Amino acid sequence: MTDNDNSYHIRLEGLGKSFQDKTRHVRAFDDLNLRVRHGEFVCVVGPSGCGKTTMLRCLAGIETPTDGVMEVHRAPEPETSPRAMVFQQHGLYPWMTVQGNLKFVLDASPIPPEQHEEIIDRHLTRVGLSRFKNFYPYQLSGGMNQRLSLVRAFCVNPQLLLMDEPFVYLDYQNRVNLQALLLELWSDREPTIVFVTHNINEAFTLADRVMVMTRSPGTFKREVACDFPRPRDVLELRKNTEFQDKVFFVTQDLKEEIQAAARLIEEETARKARTAR
Amino acid sequence: MSNGERFLDREPSRRDERWLFIASPIIVLLLWEAAVATHLIDGRFFPPPHKIFAKIWELAVHEDLHEDVLASMRRIVVGTAMGFFPGVLLGIGMGLSRWTRAFFAPLVALSYPIPKIAILPLLLIIFGIGEMTNLMVVAIGVFFLSLINTFDGVRRIPKQYFEVARVYGVSKRDVFFRIVLPATAPSIFTGLKLGAGYGLILIVAAEMIAARHGLGHRIWNSWETYIITELYACLFLISLIGIALAFLLEKLETRIIHWKQKDAD
Repeated sequence: MTDNDNSYHIRLEGLGKSFQDKTRHVRAFDDLNLRVRHGEFVCVVGPSGCGKTTMLRCLAGIETPTDGVMEVHRAPEPETSPRAMVFQQHGLYPWMTVQGNLKFVLDASPIPPEQHEEIIDRHLTRVGLSRFKNFYPYQLSGGMNQRLSLVRAFCVNPQLLLMDEPFVYLDYQNRVNLQALLLELWSDREPTIVFVTHNINEAFTLADRVMVMTRSPGTFKREVACDFPRPRDVLELRKNTEFQDKVFFVTQDLKEEIQAAARLIEEETARKARTAR
Repeated sequence: MSNGERFLDREPSRRDERWLFIASPIIVLLLWEAAVATHLIDGRFFPPPHKIFAKIWELAVHEDLHEDVLASMRRIVVGTAMGFFPGVLLGIGMGLSRWTRAFFAPLVALSYPIPKIAILPLLLIIFGIGEMTNLMVVAIGVFFLSLINTFDGVRRIPKQYFEVARVYGVSKRDVFFRIVLPATAPSIFTGLKLGAGYGLILIVAAEMIAARHGLGHRIWNSWETYIITELYACLFLISLIGIALAFLLEKLETRIIHWKQKDAD
């Protein structure tokens, strides 16, 4: 047994979460078992409302699970942050400039202040935003803001990076660009990544391993290895037949879950409409 | 107009709005002047504007009008400051802490509906006729408006701002000064603008009874001595103070909260 050692970055054992809605008891997710190695890139896919985002928020420390075990180890590496997160909406602060937004999280990190300026410049150059250093988020496009949000996560040198459908609101071209950018940034130091998405294509493009969740209350139904060689070309990969097979397989697998989830959402909406009256 | 359009058929441009801003009061003043000259309205109750302006000139030169103006303005500024800062502090406290909110919410709900000028007699008993009474009336009015707007602003801060801070391990101190304060600044400003405007109303009313200087005091005097032009002169000046105050705060706001206006565009 390799329990309770540090060979895993994340260990979930029978993890579940319930909460009390206004009207009823809700089970967000149930009996999640997962081990993630240091430096592994794991994508979690599942139908809407299956609890994948809630699971991620538990890992982020924004929410607390109600049962089971959640261990997140921290490697004793200096000048690294325990975690960072990229959200669906960029979550930048509108009163801070581009560099101000990075400085804000750097100030909270264990990275010495004298390095901040160099780190900010290097990262902004990396994502092509150095010219916009003193701009405010409202002066940038949606794609640029999400790039900034991405680089904000990387600049604190996180050991664990949590990503909650970060590209879902971007148009196709921006999404593909940011996927490539993410892989490039990740390859520098390879922090552990847990990436939640409902886009199966995206999952297989990025991950080392894809976890498939059932409908609500979600639990892991299957895991699919995704060991395409790196560095990957985000578009080339789509021509790969093995890639296509895997995407097709998981899509089929999720189809029934998604249909059931849709029915569940319809019932839920109808029920809420009834109780609202 | 070029295509045979008639004047009012088109929407006014920015430029139109700007010149009308000056022109419309002048037009009304001229109509007023004409109406008095033709005896359409009674010049005793509605003295013609040129007499009002002459009165302002006369008061400014021969009497201490500027002292009254300054006294009123000082009271607005000092009284506003006295109410604004405690209001903002308690508003933030109530916005952030459930205990604070639970304790103060009923007190605020009970005392907020009281017309602030109704407290004046009580203040007169406590502080007597003098500066403190006047300042306190303004301060109390501004306090509530600042408090309520600030509280509302804190409650409307998007949850995600706090979540990002939480994930990245941002200190409580930084959350307060670098998130809560700037995120609430637009609402704080709304409270300040409303408060300063309300302060002007309150100070004029208070000065009628509780002061020996100030525009309110002078208005009351001119009523008692039946000098109607002086009464109008004071009303004109109060209006000017109000506009100047609103203009200054507006400028300050666009300066400090530059991201908010742009956000809305």
